[in-house]
Amino acid sequence: MIGADLTTALPEIVLALFAMAMLMVGVYGGKDKLAEPILYATSALMVMLALYAGAQSLDAETAFNGTYLKDGFAQFAKMLILVSAAVVLVMGKSVMAETGLLKFEYPILIALSVVGMMLMVSAGDLIVLYMGLELQSLALYVVATMNRDSTRSTEAGLKYFILGALASGLLLYGASLTYGYAGTTVFAGILSTISEDGMSVGLLMGLAFMLAGLAFKVSAVPFHMWTPDVYEGAPTPVTAFFATAPKVAAMALIARLVHDAFGTVPGDWSQIVALLAAASMFVGAIAAIGQRDIKRLMAYSSISHMGFALVGLAAGTAQGVQGMLVYMAIYVTMNIGVFAFILTMRRDGKPVTDIAEMNQLSKSEPLRALALLVLMFSLAGVPPLVGFFGKFYVLWAAVNAGMTWLAIAGVIASVIGAFYYLRIVYYMYFGAESEPLDTVRAPVQGTLLVASAMIMVLGVINLFGIDAMAALAAEALVR
Amino acid sequence: MGIADITFYAFAVTLLGAGFLVTISRNMVHSVLWLILAFISAAGLFVLLGAEFMAMLLIIVYVGAVAVLFLFVVMMLDIDFASLRGEMARYFPIAAIIGVVLMLQMGMLYSAWSTSDMAEGLRQAPTPDVAEVHNTKALGMIIYDQYFLLFQVSGLILLVAMVGAIVLTLRHRKDVKRQNVVAQMHRDPAKAMELKDVKPGQGLG
Repeated sequence: MIGADLTTALPEIVLALFAMAMLMVGVYGGKDKLAEPILYATSALMVMLALYAGAQSLDAETAFNGTYLKDGFAQFAKMLILVSAAVVLVMGKSVMAETGLLKFEYPILIALSVVGMMLMVSAGDLIVLYMGLELQSLALYVVATMNRDSTRSTEAGLKYFILGALASGLLLYGASLTYGYAGTTVFAGILSTISEDGMSVGLLMGLAFMLAGLAFKVSAVPFHMWTPDVYEGAPTPVTAFFATAPKVAAMALIARLVHDAFGTVPGDWSQIVALLAAASMFVGAIAAIGQRDIKRLMAYSSISHMGFALVGLAAGTAQGVQGMLVYMAIYVTMNIGVFAFILTMRRDGKPVTDIAEMNQLSKSEPLRALALLVLMFSLAGVPPLVGFFGKFYVLWAAVNAGMTWLAIAGVIASVIGAFYYLRIVYYMYFGAESEPLDTVRAPVQGTLLVASAMIMVLGVINLFGIDAMAALAAEALVR
Repeated sequence: MGIADITFYAFAVTLLGAGFLVTISRNMVHSVLWLILAFISAAGLFVLLGAEFMAMLLIIVYVGAVAVLFLFVVMMLDIDFASLRGEMARYFPIAAIIGVVLMLQMGMLYSAWSTSDMAEGLRQAPTPDVAEVHNTKALGMIIYDQYFLLFQVSGLILLVAMVGAIVLTLRHRKDVKRQNVVAQMHRDPAKAMELKDVKPGQGLG
């Protein structure tokens, strides 16, 4: 019995044991001198686990008395989380080392937070949901504060921690109301009580509180206030991590909760999700216009993108979940590319983040400028790049679900948002004459930047089959 | 009113009174002491419910460890509570209004509260029959068997908290002389010191 359970949850167990073993190696071995090998080993293990998750059969299995679920949806989300975490770790290594922040605990904390994310997407129970979320967030609070001698970084960590604790409180309050109504924390049990006795006011409150707590984690408006400060204050490689894997995990968790526990009453949650989506799309698009700092800009950009992904969820259909998953995969790829560029932004050897620093980049470094141009167009959702297809999928799902108003709002918001993406392109190609950024030799970041841009162009042929995989994953979730 | 009822009300009233005093005491140390009283009263309530393990846990862990830790923190941290309180007084009216509104809303919700008909059965499902196993054993079966995964994950969360605290606060000082246990153990008294027989009235030539 327990043996079968452990086999089902093998990826999490392997990664957790690996993290603990590496902690021992780090402490009793060469301490921070070992940080680099540990980082590469962590990254390699994550890629292997992603392959393992991908090779598993798509049959749904439950373990630990229904509290842990393994199905096509969890596998898709896990692959996305593991691969993006592995790539971001390798991508940020050189910058962490330069700033003296490459401690051996860094890859270990990231690995443990990835364990939390994997549990989140596999949660079949409110307690597992909460525990996975806490494991993930606690490790993230620490890495946000990693640069402990900088006030900005400690402020980012503290702000994230306090607001995260508040969000956890809301989530727990909602979970306890739900338990009070249903008498069980297992998703399947909640679903059966709802189909038996219908929704009650208490359960609706519980649902609203839980969605509020989770909306904080995906930085959906109106729970987004922490995002720009944390993105700006945290070390850039950590910001790159924040913008990718945790967002996928939290978004998958919301999908899991609303479909597995509240799947029979889509009307009750889709209005909340639709409101969050519309507000995020507009606030993200409008507030970014005034930003001059590229990291803050990316924070607002991620708020807006989370709004679009939530549009897919608000549709409440398998098509909507598929759109959300495709959107998240594309979003993560674009963000890895853009952060690969931000990590190499230097002037006189010092990292800079002002967008005006990109003036005339096309003259000094045509290839990097071109790759960033493609990514910016893709982020803005300009056809025919891949970013357009992501938006198309979620908006089309919304239209099919009878939420045309939401799709129209999405189109308007994406037009507003296009302004600040195109402004960066303007700076690079037609900006004021000034000293260009340093030409840095950064093979890893350079490759990732170009690769990400290539994916945005070549993906238009068939999206690398990701939509078919997402469709299978969505069918596993929405039955 | 039987003896059980009287005991319940005695503990419950003490608990509420102590809880109230925790929040309004001017002296932080007094607050912690009231908190200890609140914990002990709560433990009494648990005993009345037949949950003796929870009662012992509350006394051993909360009174024995957590409250003592609080006392240390309160006494060692140099926080200017007067200025904090001044700050709080400024926000008190608005906080009170929000609190009252929230209370009213919660009250309205509570009046409309209902539970599912299946809730009672589902709530009983994970716990073994109380008549057959005593509750310490039942707790053990739930925590280490039924919720094995959660137990391990909470361990991981605590590990992250520990690693985080070390990463963020530990500084290796270069200018401090540290103890070297191996060197100490391998110190040979025969080589390291020499006994001299000093005669009275003469120095060491």
